[in-house]
Amino acid sequence: MCLGIPGQIIEITDIKNKLATVDISGVKRQVNIACIVDDTHPVESCLGDWVLVHVGFAMQRIDPDEAAETLKLLEELAEIQESLTISN
Amino acid sequence: MKYINEFRDPQKAQILIEQIRQISQQIATDKPIKIMEVCGGHTHAIFKYGLEDLLPKTIELVHGPGCPVCIMPRGRLDDAIALAQQPNVIFTTFGDAMRVPGSKYSLLQAKANGADIRMVYSPLDALQIAKQNSDKEVVFFAIGFETTAPSTALTTLQAESDRIQNFSLFCNHVLVVPALEALLANPDLQLNGFVGPGHVSTVIGTEPYRIIAERYHKPVVVSGFEPLDILQSIWMVVKQLAEKRCEVENQYSRLVNSAGNAVALDAMQRVFEVREMFEWRGLGDIPLSGLKMRSEYACFDAEAKFTFPGKQVADHKACQCGEILKGVMKPWQCKVFGTACVPEHPLGACMVSSEGACAAYYKYGRLSIEREEVKVN
Repeated sequence: MCLGIPGQIIEITDIKNKLATVDISGVKRQVNIACIVDDTHPVESCLGDWVLVHVGFAMQRIDPDEAAETLKLLEELAEIQESLTISN
Repeated sequence: MKYINEFRDPQKAQILIEQIRQISQQIATDKPIKIMEVCGGHTHAIFKYGLEDLLPKTIELVHGPGCPVCIMPRGRLDDAIALAQQPNVIFTTFGDAMRVPGSKYSLLQAKANGADIRMVYSPLDALQIAKQNSDKEVVFFAIGFETTAPSTALTTLQAESDRIQNFSLFCNHVLVVPALEALLANPDLQLNGFVGPGHVSTVIGTEPYRIIAERYHKPVVVSGFEPLDILQSIWMVVKQLAEKRCEVENQYSRLVNSAGNAVALDAMQRVFEVREMFEWRGLGDIPLSGLKMRSEYACFDAEAKFTFPGKQVADHKACQCGEILKGVMKPWQCKVFGTACVPEHPLGACMVSSEGACAAYYKYGRLSIEREEVKVN
């Protein structure tokens, strides 16, 4: 039940009720996006955003920069490990 | 699949495992380093990807109480079933709560006996059923940690705005940090650190875990759910232990920040208040660990609208879910595991939900803690 799934907002269907269509691995679901909307991110601006969907709600916007940063850290770790292996 | 496949790279996983092995060997201890993954979603992912078998013997994963279905006490299940059996009621619930045994039977058996119980994927689906059935009372079984509580709160606010009068919630939402504090008070459980729940933290942020690091001196690393997320989080916990640090760190920064989600927290604050005491299966009564509807929303509160038994009921004598949820016993050590208690006929809640430790052990065949040392070229 606590499993959230990443998906991309492909259509805003109801601005007043903050509803959008989200593509989750090819499956299109109607999702409430109230939790990711505020003054700096109005409903209209959410089109194209990647979000975490949980029980019919978009709980949070996925930050692409932070995702890239996590993957970069893992790359760096791979390089460190490689240099350790070579020096051994 | 974006934001999924990148975090499943086997080569990077091997490197992380080797790093965990090397750093954990620097920590002077004659026992394995015990790390609790709090969230049932993590437990499920750990078994699905076989991560427990890949880790060196210096690390022992302890499966925590973070499955909302598993921690639902039998008395509350009986209350849910009693609500579902009231005349003129349509009872709505997430599917994974359907097979959890109450003291006599489950919601699924109550449905077979004629109660109008319907499975939904979202509380909004329950609200829709209420709109379509104005001659019936529709009750939603609201369960879960801070991950699901905002969706329930927002649905209540939607019901208020739409002036729906035949919709109510049986509120059983629980809070994660009081549960961790209750676990840390147990002297039987010698934990070294926590892999913190990721989706709860999208709502509450990382700040509420500070008490665990500062008062109880345990590292907490909030983690995502892909294999690399979990391995990186274990690596971060072990690194903290090696460097003698106790901090809250955030591995899941693509979704979690320190302050949480303001809209979600505001909705929860408006609709719910903290209960003085709430009973957890296996853990007993934990102060300030549950949520109830505020009196302003009594018209949407099934506890105010209906009467039901409201009794605490002890767990089945043979079932050791309590010890498993406390992390002091492994599922395969329970005497009914895989015999009297199987997913098709669960005795205890941990065998019901796919996020339950027993169901994960059973499904993925992890019946022993014997593991091979991982070999990395």
